[in-house]
Amino acid sequence: MPETLVKSPDREFTVEERSQAQLVFRRFLQHRAAVVSLCVFVVLILLAYVGGWLWKYDAGQYTPDNSVPPSWDHPFGTDSAGRDQFAQVLRGTRISLQVSVSVAILATLVGTLWGSVAGYFGGWVDTLMMRISDLVLTLPLIAVAAMLAHNFGGSWYLIALVIAALYWAYVSRVARGVVLSLREKEFVEAAKALGASDTRIILRHLVPNALGSILVNLTILVALAILLETSLSYLGFGVTPPDTSLGLLVSEAQTALTTRPWLFYFPGLFIIIIALTINFIGDGLRDAFDPQQTKVRQ
Amino acid sequence: MSLLEVEDLAVHFPITQGTLVSRTVGHVYAVDGVSLTIEQGETYGLVGESGCGKSTLGRAILKLTEPTRGSVRFDGRDVAALKGEELRKARRRFQMVFQDPLSSLDPRQSVESLLQEGMKAHGLTGGHARLQELVDAVGLPKGSLRRYPHEFSGGQRQRIGIARALCVEPDLIVADEPVSALDVSVQAQVLNLLSRLQAELGLTYLVIAHDLAVVRHVSDRVGVMYLGGIVEEAPAGDLYADPQHPYTKALLSAVPTPDPEAEDRRERILLAGDLPSPAAPPSGCRFHTRCPWRQADRCATERPELRQLEGAPAGHRVACHHAEAIKAGTIRPHEVDATLVDEAAGFPVDGPDHASSVQEILGR
Repeated sequence: MPETLVKSPDREFTVEERSQAQLVFRRFLQHRAAVVSLCVFVVLILLAYVGGWLWKYDAGQYTPDNSVPPSWDHPFGTDSAGRDQFAQVLRGTRISLQVSVSVAILATLVGTLWGSVAGYFGGWVDTLMMRISDLVLTLPLIAVAAMLAHNFGGSWYLIALVIAALYWAYVSRVARGVVLSLREKEFVEAAKALGASDTRIILRHLVPNALGSILVNLTILVALAILLETSLSYLGFGVTPPDTSLGLLVSEAQTALTTRPWLFYFPGLFIIIIALTINFIGDGLRDAFDPQQTKVRQ
Repeated sequence: MSLLEVEDLAVHFPITQGTLVSRTVGHVYAVDGVSLTIEQGETYGLVGESGCGKSTLGRAILKLTEPTRGSVRFDGRDVAALKGEELRKARRRFQMVFQDPLSSLDPRQSVESLLQEGMKAHGLTGGHARLQELVDAVGLPKGSLRRYPHEFSGGQRQRIGIARALCVEPDLIVADEPVSALDVSVQAQVLNLLSRLQAELGLTYLVIAHDLAVVRHVSDRVGVMYLGGIVEEAPAGDLYADPQHPYTKALLSAVPTPDPEAEDRRERILLAGDLPSPAAPPSGCRFHTRCPWRQADRCATERPELRQLEGAPAGHRVACHHAEAIKAGTIRPHEVDATLVDEAAGFPVDGPDHASSVQEILGR
């Protein structure tokens, strides 16, 4: 069919048209580490939320087997009170995921808006807003978190709120830095010349272009939030029993590191898996949302 | 009434010093007292060398840079005094085409959302049909709407920039070096597109460029800028045929001619020295420090106004105290010799015959 080989004159682009969402999805699929991470992450979520129900032992249930190493019956072993560590880890994962993801999203939303507004307007607005950020940054994190958590703490969402209230300032610093350089770009001036409002310039030009740095920061925040929650739980200000978190499990198992190492390593492994997969997913998302990204990854 | 009346416009950028307490130690007089008018439907070309303030003037007219003093009356309304929401709404009628088509397009915006942005900002409707019409009008290929700026060639990007300026149906378009970032073969296409759009839509242009040929090709009237001020203004043909200001003469004498014999005879007017710093512009006539026709009387003390010479074509105005005398030939230019710098002077030339290094020649 020779006719089909001739490029029709009114169609310069021969590539099939795709919607924006399709393009983003395709680019994400090209990032293999991100796809694998996403699968692992989904499995982790399923395990934590559905697996907990299906597993034969309950997290708070005492079994007759005290301090047994990992076996078919207790894949992660049991603690000295006979509680099944696998059920505990699943429950801890649930809480830790909820805390860290809420912190990351909340702190990123607030921090990005805060930093973008400060960076875009500059002048006294910038000075005022950034001094407030600096103030939050100078607070001794653990001490304030412990104090706040002690008064309002206990449930996971309050812990998340407290941690987010301290971490947004980091995000605002990053966002402001990126926006400071972006606002001098010609396309921002072009949008202004076109009559676009300040809100539109911030939300449609500055934030999307700062997305790369912000997403990377978000993935770091997830890991940081887990760690801070761990510290808080270790100090006794975090999640309180019978609820548990990965951090709490790790700190509880510290004393048994030499005698019952499985109690320490399994929750630790889960913390690493969560931090790592979120990191890769963030990496893949950043590439997927960048329209200039055409590189095919291995 | 003219579409655009700029009167005594000045943009001074403060130079500040000090880390803790910043104080203003001086100003860069980027634009200093420019007046010009542009009629509906005409193209005004602005030429000048780098750093003369032509881009700043264009930005100040669009109020992208805050003017220090002066007024910009657009269709009878002073734009320079507008603020906030009023200014944003007023922007619909005057648009800008930028020099670098890539950096002026948001890399994360498809052509479609880029064009919609202006229409949304001003509550214009028209939907997909209007977008397609714009894309067709500037000669972009079909299917461009969903593409991103980096997927286009330089010329196509500039077409996107033009389409973006057009999407709000403006009256005036300020084109800041619209083709200087483009390949020569593409420059003509974009310039022709601009003039076709002008004919179809009745647009008014202010074209800023450093390329004399570009300005001559597109402009009805041309203004020549030197160090923040307009030194000569004339209908395009007249300016090129009969430049009256010494600076314009020097500028035009630098243009090579395609005829080799004429090129041999072409006499260049050489200017001494460099462009003075706009932070410390010379007193009197800004050009007097480099002018071959400089006279001892007023040049260094009194700043010349733009004025119409007797017998010159209508609209040909020049800012020079001695324009008549120069034209009549009663004052002669001072000789500016191109001095050959003898680099070997002072060095012992009689070094070893087959020296392998400078050290050896110098005998060290």
